[in-house]
Amino acid sequence: MLIIKDLHAQVEDKEILKGINLKVNAGEVHAIMGPNGSGKSTLASVIAGKEEFEVTKGSVSLEGEDLEEVSPEERAHKGVFLSFQYPVEIPGVSVTNFMKTAINETRKAKGLEDMPANEMLKLIRDKSELLEIDRKFLSRSLNQGFSGGEKKRNEIFQMAMLEPKVAILDETDSGLDIDALRIVANGVNKLKSKDNAVIVITHYQRLLDYIVPDFVHVIHDGKIVKSGTKELALELEEKGYDWLKQEAAV
Amino acid sequence: MDLKDKLISSFMAFEDNVDVEHPVHDVRTEAIKNFEHKGFPSKKEEAWKYTSLNSLQKIDFSIFPKQENAIEYKDVKKYFIHEIDTYKIVFIDGVYSSHLSETTHDGVDICLMSSALTKPMYKQIIDVYFNKVASNDESLTTLNTAFSREGAYIYIPKNKMPKKPVEILHFATGNEASIMLQPRNLIIVEENAEVQIIERHQSLTSNDVLTNSVTEIFAAESAIVDYYKIQNDTANASLIDNTYVDQKGKSHVKVHTFSFGGKLTRNNLNFFQNGEFMDSTMKGVTILGEKQHVDHHTLVHHIEPNCESHQDYKGIYGDSSTGVFNGKIIVDKIAQKTNAFQQNNNILVSDKATINTKPQLEIFADDVKCSHGCTIGQLDEEALFYLQSRGIPKKEARALLMYAFANNVLESVRIPELKTRINKLIAKKLGVNLGFDL
Repeated sequence: MLIIKDLHAQVEDKEILKGINLKVNAGEVHAIMGPNGSGKSTLASVIAGKEEFEVTKGSVSLEGEDLEEVSPEERAHKGVFLSFQYPVEIPGVSVTNFMKTAINETRKAKGLEDMPANEMLKLIRDKSELLEIDRKFLSRSLNQGFSGGEKKRNEIFQMAMLEPKVAILDETDSGLDIDALRIVANGVNKLKSKDNAVIVITHYQRLLDYIVPDFVHVIHDGKIVKSGTKELALELEEKGYDWLKQEAAV
Repeated sequence: MDLKDKLISSFMAFEDNVDVEHPVHDVRTEAIKNFEHKGFPSKKEEAWKYTSLNSLQKIDFSIFPKQENAIEYKDVKKYFIHEIDTYKIVFIDGVYSSHLSETTHDGVDICLMSSALTKPMYKQIIDVYFNKVASNDESLTTLNTAFSREGAYIYIPKNKMPKKPVEILHFATGNEASIMLQPRNLIIVEENAEVQIIERHQSLTSNDVLTNSVTEIFAAESAIVDYYKIQNDTANASLIDNTYVDQKGKSHVKVHTFSFGGKLTRNNLNFFQNGEFMDSTMKGVTILGEKQHVDHHTLVHHIEPNCESHQDYKGIYGDSSTGVFNGKIIVDKIAQKTNAFQQNNNILVSDKATINTKPQLEIFADDVKCSHGCTIGQLDEEALFYLQSRGIPKKEARALLMYAFANNVLESVRIPELKTRINKLIAKKLGVNLGFDL
C-alpha cells in the first residue's frame, strides 16, 4: 500500500532522512521507534507532504502512485492521514465546521456532492461516541484551550471521520494519561481493518501494549537501523537505544 | 481650478438654495471660513502622514447633483439587508429618495436632516445638538459643516426603541461624471433609549465618487447605540468618514467598521466620554487587495472616571494594498479607574502590502488600566499544513485561517442577518466558498 524507497529529505540544507526503506501493506500496523532527533517526525511530515522538507532522493508511493508532486490536501484525498504531535490551535473555527469543511472538500475532490447535513450529523455523532467525546466539545474552537489529551483524542476523531488508508500517528501517546491512552488506542483499534494500515510513531512501548504492531522499526540518524516484530519494542524498553546506536556505528 | 477653490466658489451658489436666515447658516459660514483658512490636510500633518488626498483633489468633481436620478429597488436590493425589515433612509447622488426609503415619525423620528434643519418644530433640538460634538478645527469636518444640508436625522426619545434597525444608504449613480457628496447625519438617542443603525455608501458607476461624511451621535444616560458601517465600495469610490460620538453616563456605544472595498477610505472615529460608568467600543475588520487604502484613525477621550473603552481592529492586506491604524487614547487627570483596551492585529498576505500601525496614549491619571498591542504577521505555515493535511485545499485553508483571524470581531454584531451578510462579504473578498455557514 505505502512504499518508501531510499528516501532522503532535508530542511534548510540539513539532511535528516538518509535513506529510509519501508513497505507497509494493507491490514498491517507498523511501529516506528527511535531516540529524539532521529527523524521519526520528519518521516511522518514528508509522507503527509509538508513543503518545508525537500525530498532529495528516493520516493514515497501510495498504491503504486508516486506522491512526489502531490500536495498535502491531495494526499489527504488519496487517503493519507497524519495525527499531529502538536495539533495546531485555530480559534474561530469549531471542530464541527472544520470537519464538515474537510469532509466536503475531500468529497468535492472526488467529484461528489456535499454530504447531506443529517448524514454529516449522524457521522459526527457516531465517531464522537467512539472516542468518548462530549457533544459540547464539538462546538468549541479547534484545539483552542484543549488539554493535551483532548487534542490527541480530537486527532483520532478526525481520523475516524476521514477514514484514511494510511494513518500515521505521530507520538499520539505523548501527554496522555492512562485513561485517555486507552480511549485513543481503543478508537484506533476499532478503525483498523484489512483494507487500511497504521504507522505508530512513539518513544515508548506503552502505547504498543494497546495498539499491537505487526512490525517494529527503529530509526537512528535518518535510517532504519533495525526491524523486527513486537518483541523488538520490548527489548528496546529494557535496553534503551544505545546498543542499537553502537551497532549502527559499526 | 483645484477642488478647494471650486468648493469655496460653490458656496455662494449653495447659499441660493438654503435658508440663510436660519441660525444654522451662521455655523456654515463660520465653517467655510475655517476650511478656506486650512484647506485640505496634507501629508505634512502627522494625522495624514500615510494618507494622501492629492490625487483626489485633481479630479473635477461635480459638487451639486443637477437632477434627481431614479433607481429601481430590484437593481440595488442586494445592498440592503433585505432579509429583515428595516427603516430606510436612502439618498441617490445626495438627494433623498422617497421611493426607496421608509421613514417614520411614530414615537421616534427617523427622517431627513433637510427637514430637521429647516422645520421650526426641530429648531430647539438643532440648537442644542447640531455641530456640538463635530470638530470646528478639523478641515474636512468643517468642509462638511459648511455644506451641511442633507443626510439622516434620527431622534429616539427617552425609553424608546425603534421597532427595527435603521439603514442609511447613499448611492452614487455617476449619471453626470464624477461627484462629490457630503452627507450630514445627526443621531440623538435620549436617556435609556436604543437604536441600531447600518450605514453604507455605494457607487453604481465607474466614475469617481468622493464622499466626505459627518455623523454626530449623542447618546444620553443609559442609552444604547449600535452603529455598523459597511465599506465595500467600488475601485473608484473614496470615503472620508468623520464620526463624532458624545456619550453620557452608563451609555453603551459600539461602532463596527467593515472595510472591504473602495479606493481610499479614511475613518475618523472620535468618542468623547462625558459621564461615568459607560463604555465605548470600536471594532473593525479590514480586508484589502489591489491598490486599496484604508486609514483608521480612532480617538477615545476619557474625560470622567470609571469608564471603559475597547478597540479591536483586525486587518488582512493583500496585493499592493495599504492600511493605517492610529489609535489615540486620552485619559484626563480626573478620569481615574479608566479601563482602556486597544488591539490592532494585521496579516500581510503579499510582499507588496503595507500597514502602518500606531497606538498613541496620552494618560494624565495615575490609577488606570490601559493596554494596547499591535501585531503584524503572516499566516501560520504550520496551521496551513494542518488544514491541508485534512484535505482542505491551500486557497480554502488560507481563507479559513484569515476568517478565523478576523472572526472574533463579528461576535459582537447583534443583528444575525447582518452577521451572515458580513460573513458572505468576507468569504467573497477572500475568494472562497467555504461550504458552511461561517
